[in-house]
Amino acid sequence: MNNLPYVLAVEKLAGIKVPQKVDTIRVMLAEFFRITSHLLFLGTYIQDVGAMTPVFFTFTDRQRAYTVIEAITGFRLHPAWYRIGGVAHDLPRGWDKLVKDFVEWLPKRLDEYEKAALKNSILKGRTIGVAQYNTKEALAWGVTGAGLRATGLDFDLRKARPYSGYENFEFEVPLAHNGDAYDRCMVRVEEMRQSIRIIDQCLRNMPEGPYKADHPLTTPPPKERTLQHIETLITHFLQVSWGPVMPANESFQMIEATKGINSYYLTSDGGTMSYRTRIRTPSYPHLQQIPSVIRGSMVADLIAYLGSIDFVMADVDR
Amino acid sequence: MHPSKACRRQHNDLVHPEVIDVIIAVVKAVVVLLAVVVCGALLSFIERRLLGWWQDRYGPNRVGPFGMFQIAADMLKMFFKEDWNPPFVDRMIFTLAPVVAMSALLIAFVIIPITPTWGVADLNIGLLFFFAMAGLSVYAVLFAGWSSNNKYALLGSLRASAQTVSYEVFMGLALMGVVVQVGSFNMRDIVEYQAQNLWFIIPQFFGFCTFFIAGVAVTHRHPFDQPEAEQELADGYHIEYAGMKWGMFFVGEYIGIILVSALLVTLFFGGWHGPFDLLPQVPFLWFALKTGFFIMLFILLRASIPRPRYDQVMDFSWKFCLPLTLLNLLVTAAIVLLNTPAVAAQ
Repeated sequence: MNNLPYVLAVEKLAGIKVPQKVDTIRVMLAEFFRITSHLLFLGTYIQDVGAMTPVFFTFTDRQRAYTVIEAITGFRLHPAWYRIGGVAHDLPRGWDKLVKDFVEWLPKRLDEYEKAALKNSILKGRTIGVAQYNTKEALAWGVTGAGLRATGLDFDLRKARPYSGYENFEFEVPLAHNGDAYDRCMVRVEEMRQSIRIIDQCLRNMPEGPYKADHPLTTPPPKERTLQHIETLITHFLQVSWGPVMPANESFQMIEATKGINSYYLTSDGGTMSYRTRIRTPSYPHLQQIPSVIRGSMVADLIAYLGSIDFVMADVDR
Repeated sequence: MHPSKACRRQHNDLVHPEVIDVIIAVVKAVVVLLAVVVCGALLSFIERRLLGWWQDRYGPNRVGPFGMFQIAADMLKMFFKEDWNPPFVDRMIFTLAPVVAMSALLIAFVIIPITPTWGVADLNIGLLFFFAMAGLSVYAVLFAGWSSNNKYALLGSLRASAQTVSYEVFMGLALMGVVVQVGSFNMRDIVEYQAQNLWFIIPQFFGFCTFFIAGVAVTHRHPFDQPEAEQELADGYHIEYAGMKWGMFFVGEYIGIILVSALLVTLFFGGWHGPFDLLPQVPFLWFALKTGFFIMLFILLRASIPRPRYDQVMDFSWKFCLPLTLLNLLVTAAIVLLNTPAVAAQ
């Protein structure tokens, strides 16, 4: 889902309005990626606290999610499937059956993790009250995502500044109030349940229609009329041989990504490439905050804290 | 005396029944200890398969039928690895540590009576010998951590020594209830007493619980694997070890599991006796079954629970287990005194 803000920013720049179906497909897949990311977090977090088994079970669930993602996009981890003005392909036949299976599968498993691992008193003893920070500190350090909501601040971009049609979905923003390692985990577990709710709504209300916007800057641009209309033929030729020529302007888009707020700020000088691209990823501020939170604690607390941040190094290094 | 006569006499001495007894005892001892080492090595395969089974995956299943020869492959690999000493270590102590790790708990196994006729040594201080050896085994971790000159190793060994010291305090006390009831430290006496009365799991239930916990802690098994704590200390005290030296730590840990399981069986579950005196013809089978059960329990523990923080481990030891064992000992002693005939007491 991390190419979503880029695609959305380019679409703003080009003035493309995507069909409703595109929005819905994008939301559905974004929530799938949120679930896979949170499942990875959940498994490794519990493993960091010392229980070795749950990670294998969450990977089984991830595998199920990837089966759906692979069937739809043709690839697993980074499908690069969102395109400017749409998505790469229409949904395959039988996608609804796969999605339905997953929607029915996951909640039971989440309940099981909660019962078997997250309510374990050793795990609670290791993480409740550990690496605690409040809303003010979180905002000062630029913390976003579950780490911010665990301090009690109700700020989720999907609600606060809806994009890609999130305003049409019913879901809640899970909150917690202690801002410790345990709360950060519980917020994410609840987020997975909400993601399932969103996917379920996508499944039941998938609109009909095209999977690409009818706009010359869509990639690849529509070809149907090129043989009848010289202007369209020229534009198509330019777009395909050079790349999409974007009007000179700037645009910005943030999304609520899995680990926090992910945003792209693009400046176009009227060429086919971005003149300047500024990427803001959530993990760097999260890592910056570590010393101020953990100073004076034990080594074991640091590990629980690191587990609860949910960072990947690729998200840090910009 | 004629020289040939002396010679014959010497010959007679060699086939003297006592000498043969000694030879048989030595052979038995060697067989038992070798079997323990082999079982220890095999356990690594069993543990990996069981963990795989419980964790939704296969575990090693490629080498031989059901992956049974994996252990042979692992051992070959380990034997042929370079026996490398990092240049910054304290050579002598660094080499000594794995030897202590493996041998201390292996030697402690001599007190275990396996069947009425098998067992290495019948010491009248049986249990005390085990405590002594368990006390020695902490030196392995201490030596390894100190001589490695590595901060993670040192942290690990500090944790290990503090943990072992606090858990050994009540490990001894946990078993005193058994000793008070039997009136002997001898393992065979303890087994006999259980055969005539109840298995100690019922009258000494709290003793069993606390000894089990202490046993897990002393062998540094999960959830008391503080000295290793993969996620925190990157394997702790044996981080600098490689090849066969590391292998000795590894086998030593499994020997510890076998030893503690065997002790639990002997002290609380009637040793080689079956429940309700079933099948007294196969004492070894009963012993092996019960020991196997506890070994599985060790592995299941590892698979199922998270690791408490270091200070929580200490709290649990001093604030919960120690008072519990003391109470248990007091109550047991009071009951034993009450039941003692007044004349005998005087």
